[in-house]
Amino acid sequence: MAGIAVSTTINGDHAEFLCHPDETLLEVLRERLGLMGVKEGCGTGDCGACSVILDDRLVCSCLVLGAEAEGRQIATVEGMAQGDRLHPLQQKFLEHAALQCGICTPGFLIAAKDLLAKNPDPTEEEIRFGLAGNLCRCTGYDKIVRAVQDAASVMRGA
Amino acid sequence: MTFDPSHAARSFSSVGTRPIRPDGVDKVTGRARYGADFNMPGQLIGRILRSPHAHAVIRKIDTSKAEQFPGVKAVVTAADLPDLTDGDTSMYDILDNCMARNKALYDGHAVAAVAAIDARTAKQALKLIDVEYELLPHVTDVDQAFAADAPLINETIFTTGVDPKPDRASNVSMRSQFGHGDVDAGMAEADFVVARTFKTEQTHQGYIEPHACVANVSSDGTADLWVCTQGHFVYRQHCAQLLGLEASRLRVTSSEIGGGFGGKTHVWAEPVALALSRKAGRPVKLVMTRDEVFRATGPTSATSIDVKIGAMKDGTIIAADATLRYSCGPYAGSWAEVGAMTAFACYKLENVRTVGYEVLVNRPKTAAYRAPSAPMAAFAVESAIDELAKKVGMDAVDFRIKNAAQEGTKASYGPVYGPIGIGPTLEAVKNHPHMKASLGKNQGRGMACGFWFNFGGQTCTDLNIGMDGTVSLAVGTVDVGGSRASLSLVAAEELGIDYAQVRAVIADTSSLGYNDMTDGSRGTFSSSMATISAARNAIKILRARAAQMWDIPVEDVTWEKGHAVAKGETHGNLPNLSLKEIAAASGTTGGPIAGHSEIVADGAGVSFATHICDIEVDPETGATKVLRYTVVQDAGKAVHPTYVEGQYQGGAAQGIGWALNEEYIYGKDGRLQNAGFLDYRIPVCSDLPMIDTQILEIPNPNHPYGVRGVGETSIVPPLAAVANAVSNAVGVRMQHIPMSPPRILAALEA
Repeated sequence: MAGIAVSTTINGDHAEFLCHPDETLLEVLRERLGLMGVKEGCGTGDCGACSVILDDRLVCSCLVLGAEAEGRQIATVEGMAQGDRLHPLQQKFLEHAALQCGICTPGFLIAAKDLLAKNPDPTEEEIRFGLAGNLCRCTGYDKIVRAVQDAASVMRGA
Repeated sequence: MTFDPSHAARSFSSVGTRPIRPDGVDKVTGRARYGADFNMPGQLIGRILRSPHAHAVIRKIDTSKAEQFPGVKAVVTAADLPDLTDGDTSMYDILDNCMARNKALYDGHAVAAVAAIDARTAKQALKLIDVEYELLPHVTDVDQAFAADAPLINETIFTTGVDPKPDRASNVSMRSQFGHGDVDAGMAEADFVVARTFKTEQTHQGYIEPHACVANVSSDGTADLWVCTQGHFVYRQHCAQLLGLEASRLRVTSSEIGGGFGGKTHVWAEPVALALSRKAGRPVKLVMTRDEVFRATGPTSATSIDVKIGAMKDGTIIAADATLRYSCGPYAGSWAEVGAMTAFACYKLENVRTVGYEVLVNRPKTAAYRAPSAPMAAFAVESAIDELAKKVGMDAVDFRIKNAAQEGTKASYGPVYGPIGIGPTLEAVKNHPHMKASLGKNQGRGMACGFWFNFGGQTCTDLNIGMDGTVSLAVGTVDVGGSRASLSLVAAEELGIDYAQVRAVIADTSSLGYNDMTDGSRGTFSSSMATISAARNAIKILRARAAQMWDIPVEDVTWEKGHAVAKGETHGNLPNLSLKEIAAASGTTGGPIAGHSEIVADGAGVSFATHICDIEVDPETGATKVLRYTVVQDAGKAVHPTYVEGQYQGGAAQGIGWALNEEYIYGKDGRLQNAGFLDYRIPVCSDLPMIDTQILEIPNPNHPYGVRGVGETSIVPPLAAVANAVSNAVGVRMQHIPMSPPRILAALEA
């Protein structure tokens, strides 16, 4: 196979894989590494369900090649909880019922994590624009925004 | 004793609380498995070849090159899905929609499929399939398709519902009429009349999860299907019939579902995946691309609606008339009839008539979309009602209150209403602080009402009590938005135990009796009724076991707060037995304890909502921003109020998207031009404000807890509420949805 050998770090753990030159990071994460928390809603960078943090940048993993992961740090939803302790965003999404079907939830959690890392005290408008790259069809976003506000407050206090 | 579903006023300890959902942790940690998150050993990847033409005869399909391509294990066409529908025309249409037989009927219609060792190989193989098409004239617009000289899509369609039967085929598959009184005489008497024509464009349910399944047909005649669906029992029936399998030999497991909204209620790719698996002798995974989802699945109807309403000087509506044309894709069976039924359902009318037409077009076969057909009818009617209120000189809310249907009103679609919530939602809106918020330049406020029937249907539930006293609830209605939480609450309520002691799961088709799908706002309504019935059956056994343990007559044992209680002078001093104690003894008192329920959940309570919307229009760009939004809806009884609010907010958001942006855009060539989330733009977080909700609880007399369905009604008023707000802001009556910037600019310039 015309595979490219890639060595990378995913959720803090070393990972190695072979991939085709045109294979997306999304395909690698889901099909080669079994990280199925990363969802595919469109494959064209329009829905944000496949959001991951690449080094310190929020990206749609469907728009990144697997080969580009070489030497980088990747954070996915699978790495958010510490053992059995949920990340404050995960906890607040549950408490606020910020998910209905839940397919967009991993992408929202990652996008919100990235947002709060850069802006720990966002206004409602900053949250709304910060999450505008992620589509949710169930909730109308109300409870998502409230969950992020609440989590931000907890994280600032922590 | 048969189960008595009638409402009894009671206080609740679990129902009405807001615990964390049982499937929540898996969904925030990425562990929940959706349609595409499942694999089988030795699995192949399936891909579907689709027609690029809107209307064409399929002359020939040559699959030989694809079959010989290395890594390809099966290629199927319609020849591999023989017609086993035995005169069932709606199943035949589903079959033809899954795989075109003689003609390709829309851009995106499946014509062949491949299973190969990986996606890359399957994709390459599709390009090697040679299809010879003979193009036919096409029509994609509902009004053009309705015209007498339109290209004919199906020569076997003769309009039903007209007398005498037409002597030639047309694109109008059905006419339906509802109403009562003398509309023409009423209209002649009216002091004020509003007559308008409205149009709405086709929208898609827009679930974020594309259709996905894994099919495995074994050579011994058994088969398994893993699939994201709103109704795995229905999928089993469809697939078994289309593939010629016995239903009991096909086990369907519903994955977690990433949104459906009506779009995952009938099969598309699943029979194809099964046919590929049968031919290849290996499991086949088939996941649609987003492009396929838009081009080949889902959409709701485009419509064209004439409305005429007359009122007297005192504000009484004297006559109401509507003609509604709904596109239905290239097959009969849209929801036009339902649009005609719902159009005037909010009002008390002496003279009312609605006529619905379903119209064939060269677009994808329509599927239900949340309260199917009602939002478009409500848009037309509620827009005309607003205009009429102005003519009469009454406030929009007061005018509606004056004419609102009540208990005892004969509905425009026939039945007489029981206790209903339209009046109370209007009163709540009238008193809502939202109505007093001040408006600035280029801003407008609109409100509108909506109605939806809700549905009950066949339901089967098992409640199994473990030896440790915890409860497993096996449910057959797919959980699309938190129903496992609400059903666990109901089981806890009825048994008198803690929510945490119940775990609800969605059972597969081999583990539970038949269930209708999760549609018609029936998931929590019907399965809660079945859960209550199952719990009561379990309690009968628990009481009998306690009686046995105490050696007293069962009539002397009652069930209170999770305990068997002995009554009567002779044994009233016996200490209560908890469910846990009775369960622990079950091995020596007669074996496992369980309650089962098989019901037709009749008596779904009709549902009403009233919405308020404030918007601002930018007169330079035509762009509209929603500033405030409020939903008031009757839930009967909110089992888990947070998820009820979520249904209200989600429906409102979908309706806002429909009102302002979303539409299928077809070119002159009959091809869909915006089959992706970039160009078919659903609302994003920055497009919307917080959506305020108010839950009213007017008990449904036909449910033990008073529950009504809550899932769909919330999408009915928004098109009209937003349109009324925009019309009020710009001073022009908006008659075409979506009110995208170009349409608003055109209306301003007209």
